[in-house]
Amino acid sequence: MTDNTAQDAFVEFEKVQKSYDGETLVVKDLNLRIAKGEFLTMLGPSGSGKTTCLMMLAGFETATHGSIRLDGTSINNIPPHKRGIGMVFQNYALFPHMTVAENLAFPLEVRKLGKSIREGKVNRALEMVEMQTFGGRRPAQLSGGQQQRIALARALVFEPELVLMDEPLGALDKQLREKMQFEITGLAHRLGITVVYVTHDQTEALTMSDRVAVFDDGRIQQLATPDQLYEQPENSFVAQFIGENNTMEGIVKEVDGDLAKVELDGGDVIACKPINVSQPGERTRVSIRPERVEFDKKRLKSGAHTLKAEVLEFIYMGDIFRTRLRVAGNDEFIVKTRNAPDQVRLEPGAQVEIGWLPSDCRALDA
Amino acid sequence: MTVSTKTDQILSADGMPLKKSLGRALRHQKRRALMLVAPLLIFIFVAFIMPIVSMLFRSVENDIVVNTLPQTVMALQSWNAETEELPDEDVYAAFAADIKLAAETKTHTKVGLRLNYEQAGIASLFKKTARKVKKWDIESDGPFKEKFIGVHKNWGKIEIWRTLKVHSSRYTSGYFLNAIDMRKTAGGPKAQPEDKQILLLLFQRTIIMSLVITGSCILLGYPVAWLLANVPLRKANLLLILVLLPFWTSLLVRTSAWKVMLQQQGVINDLLVQLGMVSDGARLVMINNQTGTIVAMTHILLPFMILPMYSVMQTIPPTYLRAAKSLGATDWTAFWRVYFPQSVPGIGAGSILVFILAIGYYITPEIVGGTKGVFISNRIAYSILKSLNWGLGAALATILLVAVLILYWAYDKMVGIDNVKLGG
Repeated sequence: MTDNTAQDAFVEFEKVQKSYDGETLVVKDLNLRIAKGEFLTMLGPSGSGKTTCLMMLAGFETATHGSIRLDGTSINNIPPHKRGIGMVFQNYALFPHMTVAENLAFPLEVRKLGKSIREGKVNRALEMVEMQTFGGRRPAQLSGGQQQRIALARALVFEPELVLMDEPLGALDKQLREKMQFEITGLAHRLGITVVYVTHDQTEALTMSDRVAVFDDGRIQQLATPDQLYEQPENSFVAQFIGENNTMEGIVKEVDGDLAKVELDGGDVIACKPINVSQPGERTRVSIRPERVEFDKKRLKSGAHTLKAEVLEFIYMGDIFRTRLRVAGNDEFIVKTRNAPDQVRLEPGAQVEIGWLPSDCRALDA
Repeated sequence: MTVSTKTDQILSADGMPLKKSLGRALRHQKRRALMLVAPLLIFIFVAFIMPIVSMLFRSVENDIVVNTLPQTVMALQSWNAETEELPDEDVYAAFAADIKLAAETKTHTKVGLRLNYEQAGIASLFKKTARKVKKWDIESDGPFKEKFIGVHKNWGKIEIWRTLKVHSSRYTSGYFLNAIDMRKTAGGPKAQPEDKQILLLLFQRTIIMSLVITGSCILLGYPVAWLLANVPLRKANLLLILVLLPFWTSLLVRTSAWKVMLQQQGVINDLLVQLGMVSDGARLVMINNQTGTIVAMTHILLPFMILPMYSVMQTIPPTYLRAAKSLGATDWTAFWRVYFPQSVPGIGAGSILVFILAIGYYITPEIVGGTKGVFISNRIAYSILKSLNWGLGAALATILLVAVLILYWAYDKMVGIDNVKLGG
């Protein structure tokens, strides 16, 4: 799906295809435009083609078909070392036989910069990641987080306009990862660089990115801002992949503009927002976010459609309550409620009625 | 556990020093471990260390003269070898008694042989003399000086007595001096006559050729190891089998195959002549010289270079090269600045292995080396098997061993033995 909102695209994939074995396409018809200064994340399960796209952009893989343009010029035939693209690798790839300062000076040395210029830039890069005193150490003497910062500094030290990051936070623990997410986005915005970031962690993608491209099966399934992606998934893959989601299957009865009637397999008829269904009689998968489901009558808007449900399990998770229900034959229906002083804690076995706004309930492809 | 602050010694619960109780707890484990390895230790000691030590000891051992001719050695002490006068009658009388006894126990030939290393002709002199002396009566037949000179005029020459005196000590530096083309004389160490100087040349040649072989193994092995480490696993395994194939063929067969390849009527020469690159009359001499030894040994030792390199290169992730290229390095710079330094430990391990193996190689130089391509080890074998001068052989072997140990030490100082990796 092409997004044409980026008017003057800095990075552009046009009809790009990639096959390794000549039999299957790993990347199928990729069209993507990335604006200057944008932080774009390629998100998807492993094998979805996101890393291949990144490697094609970096120049380590060649596109089987189509063209990749950087700042208006095709880079298909430019070797990686002439592309001037910074890259942070999954395992940092810091050169173990060089000190931190030598690692940082490496891209400057191969660009034949003078010694004093080199030293100045290396010091500024170390300052940028707050590791001024670590120049003389070897990578093996640094912690994972410190190595991560140095890898970042090394990718930025030669002042590239585009930086690629291949799951750079994958090896860090949760707390450090959240801290680094914040630092990376801060740095990227401060320096005004364009970042293409690859991850399989949806939280990371949502918190860091300006736009997220969700990959599956070699295609971009949806390209949107994080809030659009979460609240308005365009197909059931995206709805399933991003965040938690309740689904119920059924058949479209009628479509009328922004409203569709769907008869669930259990027999109930509910009102939904039609997304990619258009004809009555189509099978559909109805999707609703667990936090948009309401069982407290007082909070339900008048006119909301309700369904009967049985409470199966109540899980206390601290900030939220997670309640598992049986709804229309689905045993895995989840409702999330905030831990507020007046919040009701449902007991297993209780019979309740649940409801939601038709606009929160999206009828997607089956 | 209590901590006594006065002595700074940590005590265990029963008041015993912690170190002592730890030692007690571990002693049982250690004893069991030792018992497990004991059979191997004993085997190595009896079958490996003891023979080597005894062999090395032969390079200084020289008790045969003093044991067989004790009275003569004693009597010779008062004789000054620097003078131009023959020893007096005492010495001849003592020698007569010694040689008669030796002839009866048939040990005179051994002394003769031992002294023959130092001065040619002594062996036969001893045999001839002993035959005569056997019939003498030591008590009444004196004086012996004239009688000995009568048996053979050499007993009237000072050289013989000097040799006897110089080599009569229980321990000698003579073999080591011989090993470096010198000899022990009454006037101190002197250089061997020029026509006998060969061993230093052989040492030098052994080291230079081993270096050349190690160098060519690095040049030929590095690309192969790189290929092994970077092709898909299934292809790598096939390649590895090809590398290991020579190991499964007899060393003798491989060396003989090189003989077929390299000789003047051999495969390579025939091919070159047919291609017109070499005229039939001027076929290349590639065997029975240094070229032959270098070619054949490089081929034979190549796996010992490839395998350590391969196992080190396997551990270098390809992302380093990618990272270097993404930072702006050309293929060559990325290789030279990033990949190569990380593969050096493999080169080091392979080089030590190949060099140490090459420096003591025997069979291949023997078969394809001719006279110009032989190593010091061939000379050692000659001393032990042909000339039966075990002392000289042992001295040469000791020098070789010490040279290897010194090189190993120097390598450790320069590169650091921790940097040598055979794998992992």
